[in-house]
Amino acid sequence: MSIIIDRRLNDRNKNAVNRQRFLRRYKEQIRKSVGDIVSERSITDMEQGGNVSVPVKDISEPSFRHGSGGDREIVSPGNRKFTTGDRIPRPTGGGGGGGGSGEGDGEGDDNFTFALSREEFMNLFFDDLELPHLVRNFIGEVKDFKWHRAGYTPTGVPANLSVGRSMRNAMARRIALGAPLKRQLAELQAAQAAEEEIEAMRQRIERIPFLDDIDLRYRHRVKEPLPISRAVMFCLMDVSASMTEDKKDLAKRFFTLLYLFLSRKYEKVEIVFIRHTDDAQEVDEDTFFHDTRSGGTVVLSALKLMQEIMAARYPGDAWNVYGAQVSDGDAFGADPEKSRACLVDQLLPQVRYFAYIEVPDHEHRASPLAHAYQRIDSDRFAMKSVTARNEVYPVLRELFKREATA
Amino acid sequence: MSIAALDRSLISTGAEWTFELLERYDRAIRDIAANEFELDTYPNQIEIIASEQMLDAYASAGLPIGYPHWSYGKEFIRNEQAYRKGARGLAYEIVINSNPCISYLMEENSMAMQALVIAHACYGHNSFFKGNYLFRQWTNADAIIDYMVFARKYVLECEERYGHERVEETLDSCHALMSHGVDRYRHPAPLSVAEERDRQREREEYAWSRYDEIWRTVPSRGDAGRGKRGAARFPSEPQENLLYFVEKYAPKLEPWQRELVRIVRKTAQYFYPQGQTKVMNEGWATFWHYTLLNRLFDKGQVDSGFMLEVLSSHTNVITQRGFDQRGYGGINPYALGFAMMSDIKRICEAPTDEDREWFPDIAGGDWHKVLDFAMRNYKDESFIGQFLSPKLMRDFHLFAVADHESEDEMRVDAIHDEQGYRRLRRLLAKQYNRDQQMPDIQVVNYDREGDRSLLLRHNQDRGRPLDEEAQEVLKHLTRLWGFSVRLETTDTNGQVKSFSEMKPSR
Repeated sequence: MSIIIDRRLNDRNKNAVNRQRFLRRYKEQIRKSVGDIVSERSITDMEQGGNVSVPVKDISEPSFRHGSGGDREIVSPGNRKFTTGDRIPRPTGGGGGGGGSGEGDGEGDDNFTFALSREEFMNLFFDDLELPHLVRNFIGEVKDFKWHRAGYTPTGVPANLSVGRSMRNAMARRIALGAPLKRQLAELQAAQAAEEEIEAMRQRIERIPFLDDIDLRYRHRVKEPLPISRAVMFCLMDVSASMTEDKKDLAKRFFTLLYLFLSRKYEKVEIVFIRHTDDAQEVDEDTFFHDTRSGGTVVLSALKLMQEIMAARYPGDAWNVYGAQVSDGDAFGADPEKSRACLVDQLLPQVRYFAYIEVPDHEHRASPLAHAYQRIDSDRFAMKSVTARNEVYPVLRELFKREATA
Repeated sequence: MSIAALDRSLISTGAEWTFELLERYDRAIRDIAANEFELDTYPNQIEIIASEQMLDAYASAGLPIGYPHWSYGKEFIRNEQAYRKGARGLAYEIVINSNPCISYLMEENSMAMQALVIAHACYGHNSFFKGNYLFRQWTNADAIIDYMVFARKYVLECEERYGHERVEETLDSCHALMSHGVDRYRHPAPLSVAEERDRQREREEYAWSRYDEIWRTVPSRGDAGRGKRGAARFPSEPQENLLYFVEKYAPKLEPWQRELVRIVRKTAQYFYPQGQTKVMNEGWATFWHYTLLNRLFDKGQVDSGFMLEVLSSHTNVITQRGFDQRGYGGINPYALGFAMMSDIKRICEAPTDEDREWFPDIAGGDWHKVLDFAMRNYKDESFIGQFLSPKLMRDFHLFAVADHESEDEMRVDAIHDEQGYRRLRRLLAKQYNRDQQMPDIQVVNYDREGDRSLLLRHNQDRGRPLDEEAQEVLKHLTRLWGFSVRLETTDTNGQVKSFSEMKPSR
């Protein structure tokens, strides 16, 4: 006898456990691959999970096998023109002349490529990053509450009494209790029963209370903490003539990564783009990255503008403010010192984090701005010098390195 | 018979399948298989699954349950990738050599495809599993599912106790040796899961009870012959089952690691017959789905629409591309197997003079008996060596190319002509010989008295070297062994040609 079983409802993801093991084992390679994606992808594609590849030789499972060389014969089908004794040049690569060991799947690639879900991609990406000071203080010591309606409850304060709901309940109760009695009354009347009986029945009906305690319904409300799950990210960039396309490109990547990170942490992330030469303007993203402008460099102007915008639109107790500044550091005169003072005294107390990325012309020469910024001693501030695309990701990792004390 | 009467005998029309219909088709096919063709099968357990589940089953080599390991994850990702891209369709079925014989049917298949799969897997493969001598000797259909349940539980337990890294390391190393973890000459005793668990516990307890730190340090007096040439070699005979040797003698393995080695070895052993009978097994199953369903059609139980769908799929399965055609992936076992099975039937029923000369024993015989005999007593190598007819060699346009190291060019060695038939057949049979596919590596010495090193010998076959990967495998073996492992390569005269040594990293 055959038994037929429907297994379609069984667990479909039996291999999840094996997939996890695979990802765990090749975490380092996959991370590297993720890093490559970052340095090659354009910003708009960034947030899509993606295909990562791992070198096949890393994941191959070795076994004792015959190598090429030695003597052997290979039997193949499909002979059309050969006769015994014909000579055939040996195919390059030492393969077997269309031999018996064909893998046949076209998987001769050097890389094993597969798709990570967006989730996995992000997780790998940011796994051990945690923003410094990412204290959930607004959830912990809640300042803001919001009352949420949460249905009805049979108990409550009179102020919350829902009259409509209570009356509806009362009516339902009266109908339910009264209807059979009324039917009996009608029967008695039809049967022309004794007056007393009819009267007794009437009274029974009247004794049904109009409103009873069990009818009462109160609006139920619960108090829910309102976390500040909003962040604003200020992107400050120097667009003076010394900032080349390459440098802007680096900046773009840096901002993108920061944005991705924040958007994962916060429900809502707003971005403010501030570009500056010798004066600062707030612009939209496209202009920010693609419009060229010439002029000198006054860093202070951008910081001042950021401060103004914060005061006007993003008060520090309602928003998590992050700042990211990119410049080649070519500031002159008193500007670096003034900027440093402004940053330390005015901005840093109000922001959660401020990162400065320098894209220098010469790798090992500290710019005037970097020189000034170096003296900032705050754990909310970090600076780094970046010269190549693939340095962006490591920089971020360091910037947001998990803080044991947080 | 009127049209109406004919229609009434049809089991169904249209592509939709239902559970009731599956049952009716199964009954009709079983009726033909068991009563008309006397196929002896295990009872069937037919399971309907979705395509994701089919991918799952793929990754664990068809077993419905397996121990967790990253390589299965890799396999899964690879298959899923290919499937999503449309580069590969899914197999219509997977069938497990167990009792009852479990077959998976995909829910996406049409009714005709389901019937095809039932005939192919539930009666074709099933009877092969039950009848073929390799499967009878080497696998234990009653216990495999139980054993895998045990294995999975055991591996998970070990991960919990000893950490997943150590378990993974051990399994990795075992997998590297999997191809050389097969016993070819001895029968494993059938075991049930309960016995297996008891035996595992016994082995462990025995090891503990015998463990005596003080005794171990007492100097042995039997050191006289030590280091001398001619001292008893161990093992006395070379051992080809590397995993078995490791399991039994590896000096440093902990009991749980030994058990893992055993699990991998058992799994390898279970799959061993499948690799040896690919052509026969698929040929047999294909031959029977073709025969059974045609019979169903002849009896008027299915309509021609059904048959067309079956035939179109059948034709795809048995396509053999030429070596120079796009998509050529070696000799298609379905094609060769089906052609040979059908050819044997033809030789029995309508032999030509050539057939009478080549197959005097079976020409004109009872095809059913001959096929049954072949199915029971052969594996791919011997089956091809015995039954490949000149006609088939011509049909397949087979030719052999000699690739010799000493020559600059390859030479066509034999083709499908009068002079070539015998040699061609022998070469093709040899191609299915395990030794041809797998280098011959054996344990020749375990220096128990000395540095505890292990000596492997690779008996080189016609100058074919080992792939470079061998060094990686040696590393794995060294990890399991815990002491140095040496590998020497000898040519056919026993001359050592090359030598390498791997020392343990710790």
